[in-house]
Amino acid sequence: MAMVSAREWREIPGRYNLIGSKCGCCGKIFFPSRSFCPDCRRAGIGKMEPFKLSRKGEVYSFSINHEYSGFNGRMMPYAVAFIRNDDGVMLAGQLVDVDLDKIEIGMRVKAVMRKLNEDGAAGVIHYGFKFVPDNE
Amino acid sequence: MTGIVSYGAYVPRYRIKPEEIGRVWGANGAAMGKGLMITQKSVPAPDEDTVTIATTAARDMLDRVPEVNPADIGAVYIGSESHPYAVKPTSSIVAEAIGATPNMTAADLEFACKAGTAGIQAGMGLVASGMVKYAVAIGADTSQGAPGDALEYSASAGGAAYLIGNENCIATINKTLSFTTDTPDFWRREGMMYPVHGGRFSGEPAYFRHVTSAAKMMMEAMGTTPADYNYVVLHQPNGKFPTRAAKMLGFSDEQLAPGLLTPVIGNTYSGAVPLGLAHVLDQAKPGDRILVTSYGSGAGSDAFDITVTDEIARFKRDNAPILDKILADPVYIDYAIYAKFKETIKMPEEE
Ligand SMILES: [Zn+2]
Repeated sequence: MAMVSAREWREIPGRYNLIGSKCGCCGKIFFPSRSFCPDCRRAGIGKMEPFKLSRKGEVYSFSINHEYSGFNGRMMPYAVAFIRNDDGVMLAGQLVDVDLDKIEIGMRVKAVMRKLNEDGAAGVIHYGFKFVPDNE
Repeated sequence: MTGIVSYGAYVPRYRIKPEEIGRVWGANGAAMGKGLMITQKSVPAPDEDTVTIATTAARDMLDRVPEVNPADIGAVYIGSESHPYAVKPTSSIVAEAIGATPNMTAADLEFACKAGTAGIQAGMGLVASGMVKYAVAIGADTSQGAPGDALEYSASAGGAAYLIGNENCIATINKTLSFTTDTPDFWRREGMMYPVHGGRFSGEPAYFRHVTSAAKMMMEAMGTTPADYNYVVLHQPNGKFPTRAAKMLGFSDEQLAPGLLTPVIGNTYSGAVPLGLAHVLDQAKPGDRILVTSYGSGAGSDAFDITVTDEIARFKRDNAPILDKILADPVYIDYAIYAKFKETIKMPEEE
């Protein structure tokens, strides 16, 4: 039966709003959020702050997926991409509402909220970020 | 004075034309489109629903007022007849997605196509009384028409969000009033997938009576005539109804056209009047006066008398795309893709 795990519920700020964390010691930004800075180690303990990442960025690399995959079955084929956001953080996600033959490295994109998956017709709907072309 | 501090709008990228729908059902789609005054309608992508449409509109709304702290939003109301869950609010998801939670109230509203404007009224009350600093009211829908039914030619998707407040309003709401009766012109029972409409009954005693009564009551209350308004925005289930209602009230095509989007996006239900008003605000200038009248089957109309302020000149409208930009570059789909998007094609069971 479809369930929402406590872990998934805790991840909502990240999946909806790109809330990561920033080390108060060295300034490094992490996404998903971390409670411990691997660079500063003990010096950084207790200094990690929530950090809202920019929703804008550019395509760093991408690939087109032709393998049938669950919820995306009605959107085949679809693009997945690494996005370097404007804070310099690398984010992985789907690239939608895009002409597949027009995707380019460096293309400006922005994160939007979309349905990621749903646990059948009776279960919970999982929302999170995907990327669309940013034409501004 | 209470009014609109910011707004944002969103319409999905996909479109289908009435000719294509008619082709599948052996009907004259071109004639159908002409009769309804609809050239195409928007279709949501498979990963879009009322939550994602409302969230996109609300985020654009907030991007235009970076000085507003989302934590100061004390209420979020979302009007729709296509909330994704029967039980589990759309409004709490959207409130979370715009950073307004947790010190706030939220609720989903339903009143056919006027639940969005009902949310604006509720928000105005909370703001004007000082109970909250800001309220967000959103009208959004991904409406369904039964395959082959006349509604299939118009039922579309889209929405717009309004930030209601007391300070720095780009448009003040001078007055709002409503006209409501028990009129069974259109309904959908719990568990039914598609709505039922009362055929011809949905015209005269329903749409036209409520829209013209509310608009006339407003002009009487304000001591105005159609000549006092730069724009009129009326509920638009198709292009024909608002065009006729505007004429009945004495408004010109020039006053109606900027707020009439249904001919190019279809009937976005709860999103219709909020989107029409957003398109007007996209081009409005200080001093412009706007008469708005929504309509929801069942039945009721909410009217608003609005004056655009000098604040709109400082408003950071360009922080988010205007509707003409959102509507540019659509992707046309055929009926097979449309059926796939709408989940009317049965897919294999998930593991
Ligand atoms: Zn560090």
